[in-house]
Amino acid sequence: MYRIDFNKLRFLICDDNPHMRRILRTLLHSFGAREVYEAEDGATALEMYTHYVPDIVITDWSMPIFDGLELAQMIRQPESNANPYAPIIMLTAHSEKRRVTVARDAGVTEFLAKPISAKGLYQRILNVVANPRPFIKTKTYFGPDRRRNTSNTYIGPERRIGGEMEVMQQPSLLDKARSAI
Amino acid sequence: MAKEKPGAVEIKTFATHHVITQPNPLRGVLRRIPPDIDHDDPVARAEQALADLSGEFKQWMTIEADRLSAAHATVLRHGFSHETREELFRAAHDIKGDAATFGFPSAGAAAESLCRIIEHAPDLDQVPAELITHHINAIQAIVRERTKLDTAVMASALSRQLRGIADEFLVKVNHDRPEHLEAILAPSIAPAE
Repeated sequence: MYRIDFNKLRFLICDDNPHMRRILRTLLHSFGAREVYEAEDGATALEMYTHYVPDIVITDWSMPIFDGLELAQMIRQPESNANPYAPIIMLTAHSEKRRVTVARDAGVTEFLAKPISAKGLYQRILNVVANPRPFIKTKTYFGPDRRRNTSNTYIGPERRIGGEMEVMQQPSLLDKARSAI
Repeated sequence: MAKEKPGAVEIKTFATHHVITQPNPLRGVLRRIPPDIDHDDPVARAEQALADLSGEFKQWMTIEADRLSAAHATVLRHGFSHETREELFRAAHDIKGDAATFGFPSAGAAAESLCRIIEHAPDLDQVPAELITHHINAIQAIVRERTKLDTAVMASALSRQLRGIADEFLVKVNHDRPEHLEAILAPSIAPAE
């Protein structure tokens, strides 16, 4: 059985609703987190993201100025000086399946529909900590692998094509981001 | 907050995409504990913390419901514009998301119905004014009357009835908009109560 040392994790939560921020803060502190930063809109969250370099971002979708979807897209910039790989958990009252697809295509790591529960939040955090997915970069997408299973039987029009060309090692972008603080 | 020094990023390049893998930078925060000595339950601890906070929920719900009524009053005064629509939607959307956590699931259901009207009506000016007003009044009533013993069943019936009327309206006005119709008829992915 795995447990998370929450006191070693740094969270950024972004929600325009102060009550939901309080709920989130309460849950994270109860899990054991000490470092929880809060933003009430996407623009502030992006600034805080660059400044504090959080390990995990939890964001609402519907917010003024720019929303959680745009925040995810701005974090997932492969050439960014900030860490483009941080797990993003979208916590939202949107409850339609098509929203999950849109969030996934923006680079969101996990989707959690409100009403929030302690169990649901814990499971999403455990998943991003224990089971990180590789990142995929295409002409139109940069983010966690959108495939949750590894079946090779898919032959639809969106299948990935092309043989392996080369493997190169690069210094960690996370190290680069953190050294810039 | 570095947990473990991440190693090099490995990039596999294919014809149409790159696969980027880095050693898990958060691996250091995971502890493996034998089940027989694991007496810690962080989820139970968090649920207890929420329960401790619940004394404030009624007040929070009142604030949310009043915000919705204020947004509706602005719509009634100035009509629907991008700003007034957005504020009404956000207020309803917040209630949809947090009312069940605050102990008002029927208010959340009524707010969801209102959100669907705002999202899927082709022209909000053509939505019968009473349909929106009934949703706002229902949410206010559910929040105000919650402490009465016989209101939970009534609140649930009220929100179900509103949803039925709203859905009937939305299906009718979206008969030639298949993408909206599909969204209206699709099941919700929100966790069940």
